Amino acid sequence: MTDKKNIFSVGKALPHESAHLHVTGEAEYVDDQPEPRGLLYAAIGYSVKAHARIKQIDYSEVRSSPGVVDIITAEDIPGANNHGPILADDPVFADGIVEYVGQSVFAVLADTVINARKAARRARVEYDELPAILDIDSAMEQESFVLPPQTIVRGSPEQAIAGAAHQLRGRLRVGGQDHFYLEGQVAVAYPREDGAILVHASTQHPTEVQHLVAGALGRSSKDVVVECRRMGGGFGGKETTPALFAVIAAVAAHKTGRPVKLRVDRDDDMTITGKRHGFRIDYEVGFDERGRIEGVDLELASDCGRSADLSGPINVRAMFHSDNCYFLEHVRIASHRCKTHKASNVAFRGFGGPQGMMGIEYVIDEIARYLEKDPLDVRKTNFYGKNDRNVTPYGMTVEDNIIHDLVDKLEKSSDYRERCQQVNVFNHSSDILKRGIALTPVKFGISFTATFYNQAGALLHVYRDGSIMLNHGGTEMGQGLYTKVLQVIAEEFQVDQDRIKCTAANTGKVPNTSATAASSGSDLNGMAARKAAVAIKLRLTEFAAQHYGVPSNQVRFTRAGVHVGRELIDFAELTNQAYLARISLSATGYYRTPKIKYDPNTLSGRPFFYFAYGAAVSEVLLDTLTGEHKILRVDILHDAGESLNPAIDMGQVEGGFLQGAGWLTSEELWWDSAGRLMTHSPSTYKIPTGSDWPHEYNVELIEWGRNREETIYRSKAVGEPPLMLAISVFHALKDAIAGLRGGEARPVLHAPATPEQVLNSIEDLLQQKSRPANRRRRAAA
Amino acid sequence: MSATEHKDAENGTIRFLLDDKVHEVTNVAPTTTVLNYLREELQLTGTKEGCAEGDCGACTVVVAEPGEQRVRFRAINSCIQFLPALNGKALYTVESLKKISNNGLHPVQQAMVDCHGSQCGFCTPGFIMTLFALYKNSAGPARAQIDDALSGNLCRCTGYRPIIRAAGRMYDYGQDLLDEHELIQRLEEIRPTVSLELSAQDGDRSGVRDMYFAPAGLSELADLLIRYPDATILAGGTDVGLWVTKEYRELPVIIYIGRVSELDYIEDTGERLEIGAAVSLTDAFTALEAHYPELYEIMRRFASPPIRNAATLCGNIANSSPIGDTMPALISLGAVLVLRRGARTRVVPLDEFYLDYRINALQPSEFVQAVQVPLRHDSGDYVRSYKIAKRYDQDISAVCGAYFVRLEADTVVDARICYGGMAAVPQRARHCETALRGRAWNEATVEAAIKALDEDYQPLNDLRATAGYRQRVAGNLLKRFYLDIKGSGCVSIWDQNRTND
Repeated sequence: MTDKKNIFSVGKALPHESAHLHVTGEAEYVDDQPEPRGLLYAAIGYSVKAHARIKQIDYSEVRSSPGVVDIITAEDIPGANNHGPILADDPVFADGIVEYVGQSVFAVLADTVINARKAARRARVEYDELPAILDIDSAMEQESFVLPPQTIVRGSPEQAIAGAAHQLRGRLRVGGQDHFYLEGQVAVAYPREDGAILVHASTQHPTEVQHLVAGALGRSSKDVVVECRRMGGGFGGKETTPALFAVIAAVAAHKTGRPVKLRVDRDDDMTITGKRHGFRIDYEVGFDERGRIEGVDLELASDCGRSADLSGPINVRAMFHSDNCYFLEHVRIASHRCKTHKASNVAFRGFGGPQGMMGIEYVIDEIARYLEKDPLDVRKTNFYGKNDRNVTPYGMTVEDNIIHDLVDKLEKSSDYRERCQQVNVFNHSSDILKRGIALTPVKFGISFTATFYNQAGALLHVYRDGSIMLNHGGTEMGQGLYTKVLQVIAEEFQVDQDRIKCTAANTGKVPNTSATAASSGSDLNGMAARKAAVAIKLRLTEFAAQHYGVPSNQVRFTRAGVHVGRELIDFAELTNQAYLARISLSATGYYRTPKIKYDPNTLSGRPFFYFAYGAAVSEVLLDTLTGEHKILRVDILHDAGESLNPAIDMGQVEGGFLQGAGWLTSEELWWDSAGRLMTHSPSTYKIPTGSDWPHEYNVELIEWGRNREETIYRSKAVGEPPLMLAISVFHALKDAIAGLRGGEARPVLHAPATPEQVLNSIEDLLQQKSRPANRRRRAAA
Repeated sequence: MSATEHKDAENGTIRFLLDDKVHEVTNVAPTTTVLNYLREELQLTGTKEGCAEGDCGACTVVVAEPGEQRVRFRAINSCIQFLPALNGKALYTVESLKKISNNGLHPVQQAMVDCHGSQCGFCTPGFIMTLFALYKNSAGPARAQIDDALSGNLCRCTGYRPIIRAAGRMYDYGQDLLDEHELIQRLEEIRPTVSLELSAQDGDRSGVRDMYFAPAGLSELADLLIRYPDATILAGGTDVGLWVTKEYRELPVIIYIGRVSELDYIEDTGERLEIGAAVSLTDAFTALEAHYPELYEIMRRFASPPIRNAATLCGNIANSSPIGDTMPALISLGAVLVLRRGARTRVVPLDEFYLDYRINALQPSEFVQAVQVPLRHDSGDYVRSYKIAKRYDQDISAVCGAYFVRLEADTVVDARICYGGMAAVPQRARHCETALRGRAWNEATVEAAIKALDEDYQPLNDLRATAGYRQRVAGNLLKRFYLDIKGSGCVSIWDQNRTND
């Protein structure tokens, strides 16, 4: 596309477009907006039972509670009582049956937020309790599913496993994760004339909120406008989830004719909303002396919670990342979508991919420990080939494989081999403290697997004074999308960023948008916005050529201004002249991702436009008396293609890594036997803090990154992939545990590797008298 | 006598400085949090609510008070701090900083922009204020100090690296315009001279007036507690705040002890350290650490600076939680409490203070006046305390173990072992102690003492750990203690986190 040396905006490490507003507190979030006249505050009354029939509800104390104006129940919903995005299986208010602790039953409206929240606790609900399924094991036993199972089979896995020199089998459990966006769920609904409604929500998917609000009100999309300038974090937790809160606010506004704000506090947020899916992964693998996988069977079972939500595509992505960087010639991947009586689990950065990847990385590590090989060597043995052994289990050819080069570079730059030796030396001389090290790779497919989502629109206005209003279907949750798209527009017109204003995502400006998800934000919206800019630029060029009587190829947009023949005209002057000459200075841009074609029924085709790659080496120090650990050092090499903004991409890489480390170590979701989530606030649910960022770190984007596909300036998506770099932390911990036996052991470790989980693994290992018994060498046939 | 019919004109008015202006507040519910007041009354929405329990730091603001030599700037969590506690102090919010800056952004803010320290931006105002306090209180802090300062602020986006970098770089941007001399004068002008009394209508219970007293003297405090035996005693508010923000509890009478100068003292008698009830954890820990540097880890890992700045040591003790992290150490050191009721005081050993889950020996109208901590008087005294949690920073212990042994010629002549998280109260391990006393200090003795722990405790399963883990790790920590003082190469994985190296 553009030659790098001429670029002045794209590719620069510019600060986040709102950084100056973040640091002064001036950045406006939904709850910060000036409150309108007559505003009512809503609070949700929710189920305290995991599974029950509601016999009766006595609202009298709610009604008499100070400041209460009204109560909203299912009966007040004029349209559909549903906030489910794909299937209509998510009631806004429980109708007769409750299926998790936290399920909304009613909402109360009051004059203050505190009065609303106090009143919401005063309903007297009589329940008839029903049996509750609270974990994957019970759901599998009882065949309790939200969706039917799906399977991918290639080759003859059963025979390949049986015929291999070695076999291993085992089970890995991977816990879920709360998003813990710092800004909780919030929506404000404003009733407008003629049945219309305006909703300000903290959402990654304004269009879906629009659809579900319209559906609940029995109106059409034209009657609902949804707007979001920014979120205080999303991570997938504001993809489908915000609809519940927006619909309640909208229904309440519709009923009362007054604006209604619904902001839930942290505990209610964590209790009501779904999380990352927990997984149980059973594996059986056959492999040769080098550790090359000959056949593998992966049985994935995920905890979907009470409804389907996005569990279908999430589990498909888990299946599609069960290969990670490895060629699995004979493979069976089965996926079970378990229904449990817990909050319906939702999208979370990686969207099932991380769990799928954990499975195969665990298998590789087991093979290496079994064969007493360095896990990195076994990883390399199994890497996809560049020209052969390069077709994924779902039939897509890996055309852009850079994992060999990337891992080789990281192996050298991190001194991996030498440090492995140092770890061994340390572990021989240290009884209580042990070190561990691991290098794990990441290959992540970019595009929505639902092909139709891979489209985007933008709206660009150039005003007479040469200032530019930029709008597109993407939402800003901190990932820097608005900054990147702004850079693209600045590049196109060769104008300074401060000429351009990013405006709030608004369903009235750009319609039929996709969720800002699947890491696709800048790929899609950057392209769409660029097309809008190109269209306006073309009109300006043609106008200038005509107006000044020069050929259009002599009109050039530069930093100094617009060159028209020999004249240099200020951009603002040209735009004003164009206006006076009645040239349209507004354009839409539209983009759809090329090449992708995928059959969701056979789970095959090319679901992804391209892959993003990365790798990390983590080294940990473990206290074998307590199971506590510390990350000593991390080395990361990540592929962001030709980065649109290296500072923002580094932020995604570092932030994703630590968020992933939290998922796999300290972030434990804990439900009691009644199905109540007891880790529902930061005092009990522990995301990483500053001390958890290692003292020694070397994080880099690959300099030679370039997307072989024609993405926006050959960049690559970077939102989700880095999270999976943290799988190296988990395996470094496993390595440290193995260090108790000079590395020659196969500890069993589940995620999250809390101190307790690690100590269990240690004790289990110490009780094994000698080498694990399941090593069965098979005589060569 | 109703609270409002009081003699002094000053009464019923909270005065504090906000951006150098005296801010006077009357007729406010005493349990109004600083955060809600800022956001809802003053429309200062830069300060955010992330959790309303002092655990995420999005609400961090800085409070300035006259210190011993200069102004003391301290970060606190505005979400659980009641507004009346600001009386006589200066408040700085994220909106304040541009006003004390030369050219646009404050050095802290500019460093955060230049280091790419914000992504979604929601936690950012809290980080800015934490960094502002650090900027005011230190110069060029090392990584470990930065980690400590940031330990009460959660960021879900950045991985913290750029924020840590900003904390190092903010000093490169020069000084801000805050004039401390002027600030001291302004604070002097609003210095409360008499007790503060407030009363306000509570919307929820018509006719009832919530009352708030901030007595200036100890006898006045004691009298008030005689008059209102059911009153809630408020010190740092880091737990009481949550009763309001999380449980929506009514607190009809609050008596705030933070203004009683007779309780704001640390006395070192040479024999013991006496710490008054109004002393913050930050100050108490500084004094304790001077005598017991071995307790560094437990103090560093206790909550976060904003919590330690507000909370008091005696509050942690009187709160009587089975998982408070100071009590095991204090019990192992043989601390005693000075309790007061009216004019009478009595002394109770801390290990006799806790009677049952959340029940202590305080009589109605009685309160903790001070805690006395014996100082080390023998070179054979060994002291340690360790905590186990899922996270290094600001996590509540699954188990907290504290150990004191006195060794003479390698024989244990005295032992006090205490655990938190193992029973309904912080409880001494009597069987374990018996297994140690009079025995040779060796591995066999310690192994026997570890076994004896089984008779001392029947811990519970909960979200922090299972009973089995608690029991195992309690023993392992005793083993660590043995290895630690034997100096046999068992070092902590947390050594990097020490700020005092």
